[in-house]
Amino acid sequence: MNLFDVIGPIMIGPSSSHTAGAVRLGNLGKAILGEKVQTAVVGLHGSFAQTYRGHGTDRALAAGLLGWATDDARIPDSLTIAADSGLEISFTTVNLGELAHPNSVQFTLTGESGKVCRVKGASIGGGQVVVSEIDGFPVELSGQFPTILTMHKDRPGAIALVTSILSTQGVNIAQMRVFRREKGGLAAMIVETDQPIGDAELEVIQKLPHIESVRRIQLG
Amino acid sequence: MAEKLSLQQWLQAAEEENNTFGAYCLAFQAKDMEMTEQAILERMLEIMQVMEESALAGLKGVKSMGGLVGQNASLMASYQERKEKSLVGPIVSNAIRTALAVGEANAAMGRIVAAPTAGASGTLPAVLLALEEPLALKKIDLARGLVVAGVIGMVIASRASLSGAAGGCQAECGSAAAMAAAAAVDLAGGTPRQVGQAVAMTIKNMLGLVCDPVAGLVEVPCVKRNAGAAAQALVAAEMAMAGVESVIPVDEVIDAMSSVGCAMSGTLRETAQGGLAVTPTGAAWQEKLFGKK
Repeated sequence: MNLFDVIGPIMIGPSSSHTAGAVRLGNLGKAILGEKVQTAVVGLHGSFAQTYRGHGTDRALAAGLLGWATDDARIPDSLTIAADSGLEISFTTVNLGELAHPNSVQFTLTGESGKVCRVKGASIGGGQVVVSEIDGFPVELSGQFPTILTMHKDRPGAIALVTSILSTQGVNIAQMRVFRREKGGLAAMIVETDQPIGDAELEVIQKLPHIESVRRIQLG
Repeated sequence: MAEKLSLQQWLQAAEEENNTFGAYCLAFQAKDMEMTEQAILERMLEIMQVMEESALAGLKGVKSMGGLVGQNASLMASYQERKEKSLVGPIVSNAIRTALAVGEANAAMGRIVAAPTAGASGTLPAVLLALEEPLALKKIDLARGLVVAGVIGMVIASRASLSGAAGGCQAECGSAAAMAAAAAVDLAGGTPRQVGQAVAMTIKNMLGLVCDPVAGLVEVPCVKRNAGAAAQALVAAEMAMAGVESVIPVDEVIDAMSSVGCAMSGTLRETAQGGLAVTPTGAAWQEKLFGKK
């Protein structure tokens, strides 16, 4: 936590958890999908489900999915702007269980290429957020650091190749987690770094053996 | 949260350096964040600008999302313009007006600065802007005040919480008030020791404040509580400047806030299941806006 986490974010009201955090969750959903969102089915859980209209959480989530910042003055009108720009967005209430954070959301996002992605996350206070699940993989992703997310085959060396590219580019790894469903199957890797990751590195990583996809995730 | 920060330690360090607490905070934050002091202050100036704009926006008279609050800041302003007898004097009266204005702008989806949260966003600008003229402060001084306030918030976050859901409204409006009181004392020329006393006394006076938003929205009682918090900050700052001291040391007061927050029933921690939220009128609003629970 630093000074600007306490004095900030600059945001559109009324609630850092229900509004600014919701924008950031939308931003993360869009970044994880990795392309323009075409349709979004948004499941709201707990306090999000109870009070989303009064807090403008629906508008904030839509703004986030459009890629806007927490202080974008258009947030109150985001639902209309989303509809005009061809983003189809629907809201439902869901029960994600007792263990889910009271301010949780579940996105099912379809991109312009037809790609579908499911993202679960929570707004945990003061505008801070955490993504807890991507396409069924349990993850933990805050978006506070420059981050890359890979989907790759669970093979020896798949991870080492990625980290060696980062190290040769002078990118320091702050935190890293690897998830897999089954040995030798599809795995996910989240690498949070101190330095931003450039387009060139991203392209090289994409072409590595065993890498299915790589996405760069970073909140403003 | 890994490490418990100690405000006492920082206050002492500032005193040993014979520095004001504001100058000390700016220097060590610059080092910690690998930013220049100037870059930090420039960012704080931008933030102060947004705070002022949010106060102006609220004064125009806005309508909140849930429709529970609005136009009380303009009521205060016209009361002041009519020069009717102020019961609290111009500084507190101006602080009340700004706190209501920013709180109302926030509730109406206006652009604000969460400091430390959106629900408590009126308190800090209220105190800083109310002191701008009487203390002949420049904008850069207000930016320095924000640095002091931010440091206090960081200590509270590490020892207690800044979230109403975790610690009740004492964690939001209480923290905002403590942050504002610290900034006020530092800007008024108080010593680091007096800054610490102001923080301790503010939190003591806000201890146990429940978070009971009607219909779960950041409207009632949040907006008016910001005005109360701003006044508490000024009361504690005034006592500290006079040399009044807290019997309980500041870090211990913050720890007490943490334990009070933990002891507080879940119904009183932003769940809208206790306090004002479940009064007959509170329940009626809940039903009107969101249907029966």
